[in-house]
Amino acid sequence: MSTDGERPLLRVRGLTRWYGPHVGCLDVGFDLWPGEVLGVVGESGSGKTTLLGCLSGRLVPTAGTVEFTTREGSSVDVLRMSEADRRRLARTDWGVVHQNPRDGLRMGVTAGANVGERLMALGVRHYGAIREAALDWLGQVEIDGDRVDDMPETFSGGMQQRLQIARNLVTRPRLVFMDEPTGGLDVSVQARLLDLLRTLVADLGLSAIVVTHDLAVTRLLAHRLLVMRRGQVVESGLTDQVLDDPQHPYTQLLVSSVLQP
Amino acid sequence: MSDYNFAFLDEQTKRMIRRAILKAVAIPGYQVPFGSREMPLSYGWGTGGVQVTASVIGPADILKVIDQGADDTTNAVSIRQFFVRTTGVGTTTQTDEATLIQTRHRIPETPLAAGQIVVFQVPIPEPLRWLEPRETETRTMHALEEYGVMWVRLYEDITRHGHVETAYDYPVVVNGRYLMRPSPIPKFDNPKLDHCPALLLFGAGREKRIYAVPPHTSVRSLDFEDHPFTVETWDRPCALCGAAGVFLDEIIVDDKGGRMFVCSDTDFCARRRQACGADSA
Repeated sequence: MSTDGERPLLRVRGLTRWYGPHVGCLDVGFDLWPGEVLGVVGESGSGKTTLLGCLSGRLVPTAGTVEFTTREGSSVDVLRMSEADRRRLARTDWGVVHQNPRDGLRMGVTAGANVGERLMALGVRHYGAIREAALDWLGQVEIDGDRVDDMPETFSGGMQQRLQIARNLVTRPRLVFMDEPTGGLDVSVQARLLDLLRTLVADLGLSAIVVTHDLAVTRLLAHRLLVMRRGQVVESGLTDQVLDDPQHPYTQLLVSSVLQP
Repeated sequence: MSDYNFAFLDEQTKRMIRRAILKAVAIPGYQVPFGSREMPLSYGWGTGGVQVTASVIGPADILKVIDQGADDTTNAVSIRQFFVRTTGVGTTTQTDEATLIQTRHRIPETPLAAGQIVVFQVPIPEPLRWLEPRETETRTMHALEEYGVMWVRLYEDITRHGHVETAYDYPVVVNGRYLMRPSPIPKFDNPKLDHCPALLLFGAGREKRIYAVPPHTSVRSLDFEDHPFTVETWDRPCALCGAAGVFLDEIIVDDKGGRMFVCSDTDFCARRRQACGADSA
């Protein structure tokens, strides 16, 4: 996808997570290259969210390695780095977009404070500068600047989701984890959000891992696809290839069960 | 003297609290957990402060107790009597005579001196409490010095009110490291914490935490570069003693809207009036 260097941004090998006797995800491995968007699809309970949690350091995997290439070009093991370093990485180089914007937003403070939070966490101590950045990012996610002092509570679902995206992108992360970013939104809002995401990903050169059960979302956003079932990756490849010519019986079932209006 | 042990608490409890205090002094601003005891007064009335005072008080100490800046309010009177009955120490209302001052809400206007100890009664010791509900998470945030969220609160204040609205318990950073709640003193008193020559001890009884600011330690109030920290000002002096640049209380004097502004520090006000003769009072 990208020409800068030979090294993938994220290198995952043998990632496994058990919940007691139950499997969360089993022996998952892939490379994510800079600027690439990876879709993870599968039915409910197939381990998509577990995988995302393990990758972003919110869950501790039972086995496996996750290597991340930092801005400086060195490779760090996400699972073995100190908590301080991991949290710093999560605040600067990573973003997490939750399915429910309420999980990712600070609902008790204004939109501007939500966008500015990461900047303040990084030590920006100039009110005017933070506000300016907030206004700029609200513009980029197509939220009217007038709403900067409004509570997220007063926003529609689609606006809340866009606010959550702005709040994550303000530190210009290089890797964004998205868990069902369009879930719970009506179809026209979904389309607009997908359009926005596609533009932002292209403009900012972001890499992203998008977990979804909606194949249409992956068709629009993802370059590559992992199909998961019962915690394992059953098929992977270029999105169009996997969706147009599914090889694994489960993928075939998944693709054929999409309703055509 | 009564039949109680000196200063009410048993010696083992005092040793335990002293160990917590030593640790608190060694790590300025860090909240040290301690085994808070049931005290003969209700939570919220200064159980933490009373335990700290009981652990550091000696027979030679001169005690002053302040509540809302005054020496003669219910809580101040009760706590002073409690220590008189259980220790027999001398008491005073004069700040410069006291060796040990237990206070709620105020730091005296008279500058504190080296050798004095000030004990603050703290209701909620955790500065991040209303921003992050999980105790495990706030501890991690302290450990990793992740205090950005406190500025989110200040940002929010400026956005809604045009200035930082927090008027008491204004968050500070101690010794350039730990974020600390200075107990509910008005932000007017925050500058007095900075490089104070006295030892400042903070006790929270219900929350079971002790923390401290050792003498001559930097205490910085949080602010933004373009919205610097400021303290309250009044456009008139004290109506009784004429002092300016001190913290004033508004007092309603009749039921027709009449009001006056007087010093909240009663000792400071009374001694100023005494010094200029009884005529102005």
